Amino acid sequence: MNDQTTPSVGPPLWLLAELTYRCPLHCAFCYNPVDFARTEQELDTEGWLRVLREARAAGSVQCGFSGGEPMLRDDLEVLVGEAHRLGFYTNLLTSGVGLSAERAAALKAAGLDHIQLSFQDSTKELNDFLSHTRTFDLKQQVAALIKGHGWPMVMNVVIHRLNIDYIDKIIQMAVDLGAEYLELANSQYYSWALLNRDHLLPSREQLERAERITNEFRERLGDRIRIFFVVPDYYEKRPKKCMNGWGNVFLTVTPDGTALPCHTAKMLPGLSFPNVRDMGVREIWYESEGFNHYRGDAWMKEPCRTCPEKEKDHGGCRCQAYMLAGDAAAADPVCEFSPDHAVVEEAVARAQAPVRCPTEAPLVFRDPKNSRRLIAESGH
Amino acid sequence: MSTHDAELLAARPRVAKLFRLQWEEAQQAWVLLYPEGMVKLNASAGEIMRRCDGERSVADIVTELEDAFVTSGLTEDVLAFVAMARTRGWLQ
Repeated sequence: MNDQTTPSVGPPLWLLAELTYRCPLHCAFCYNPVDFARTEQELDTEGWLRVLREARAAGSVQCGFSGGEPMLRDDLEVLVGEAHRLGFYTNLLTSGVGLSAERAAALKAAGLDHIQLSFQDSTKELNDFLSHTRTFDLKQQVAALIKGHGWPMVMNVVIHRLNIDYIDKIIQMAVDLGAEYLELANSQYYSWALLNRDHLLPSREQLERAERITNEFRERLGDRIRIFFVVPDYYEKRPKKCMNGWGNVFLTVTPDGTALPCHTAKMLPGLSFPNVRDMGVREIWYESEGFNHYRGDAWMKEPCRTCPEKEKDHGGCRCQAYMLAGDAAAADPVCEFSPDHAVVEEAVARAQAPVRCPTEAPLVFRDPKNSRRLIAESGH
Repeated sequence: MSTHDAELLAARPRVAKLFRLQWEEAQQAWVLLYPEGMVKLNASAGEIMRRCDGERSVADIVTELEDAFVTSGLTEDVLAFVAMARTRGWLQ
C-alpha cells in the first residue's frame, strides 16, 4: 500500500474493554459472538491494568467498560480507578444488574465519569420477556442511584420489531428518570440479532411511526434531553461508515484479551488478531496484520473501488459484507450498488408481513447453552 | 458594542458539568470529553477554554490572551467563540 491509499494512522482514541462475556441477561439482540461460550480464560486484573496503561500511552482517551455485564467483575472498581488515574474519560456500559448502592459509591470514589444504562423496554412484561429475566424494577432503582451520584446519564434502549410500537412510553420513561441522553438504537443484525432477524426487524410503517413520534418528543422537550434515533441500516440506501473506519479510532479488547477493530471482527475468516497477552497495544494498533488489513482502500473491490462516495462510508461494514455476501472485501450489501443488495431487500420485504407465528422459529436467547449448541452445529 | 456583547464580556463562564477539558499529549491539543465522545479543540479554542474557570470574566480572558500572544483586537473572536460554546453546551 502506498501513501495515497493509506492516510497516516491516528491513535486508538476509543478503548472498549469487554471485561467478560458472562451476563445475567439473555438478550436476543446481543452483539456478543454466538460462540462466546468458547471463551475460557478472562484476562486477570493485572492483564487489564496493563492494557489500560499501554492504551493510554498510545493515545486512547475514552475508555468503555463493557461486556457481557461488567459488574460481574469484582475488580471493576480497581480498573476504573486506574483508568481515571491515567487520565481516561471512563464510561461504564451496564444493564444495572449488580450495581448496588455500595458499588455505585465505590465506583464514584474510583473516579467513574459516566454510566450508560441499557433498558430493553419500558413495559415491565415486555422488558422481562426480551431480556429473559426480571430486571425492570431494579433498573429504575439503578437510574435513581446514577442521578443521586450526579453522573450524567445516557440511557440506551435497543429498538426492534417487538418494542418499537412502545417508543412513546420508552421516551417518557427516560424523561421521568432524568436521562440527559437517550439512544434509541435500532438493533443492527449481527451475532444473536442476525439469528433472530425475522423477529426483530421492524416494518417500514413501524419505523416511520417511531421516528415521527420521536421527532414530536424532540420538539416538545427541547434541550431537556438529547434523543438519538439510529435507523436499522437495512432501511438505508448507503452503508454506515462502520466504526468510523477500520482501525481508525476504535480498539476493542475481548474478555480473553483478543484485540479487535470492532466488537464482531473475530468472525472474519483468514484474518488473525493479536492478543494483548502476546503483543503491546501500540504494536497491535500500528503493526498487526489484523488492524492494517482494511485500512485505506487498496483492499476494495468494485463497485467500491471507483465509487465517488468511498471516502464517506469506506464501503460499509466488513462483518456485514462477510455475513451477507460471503466476502469481507465486498461492498456492504446494505448499499444499493452492491451486487448482493437483494439479500437485504428480501429481509426487508419479509419484515412488511404482519405478525408471524412465534412458535414457528422461536427467538434464540443469548445464553451459554444456546452458544454451545450453535458451536456444535457449526461443526468447528 | 451591543448590550448583549457587554453582558457576555462581564460573564464568568466555566466548562459545563457534563464536559471535561484536558490536554492530550498524543493529539497535541485540548479536548473536551463527555459521555462516549470527544471534541478536539483547535489551538485558539483551547487557549480560550482553558481559561474558562468561572473566575475570570470574558474581558479578563481577552486581556490575558492579548498579553500572552502580544496582539490586540481579539475581543470579537473570543466573544464569538464563547457564544458558540454556550450554544453547544460546552460552557455554562
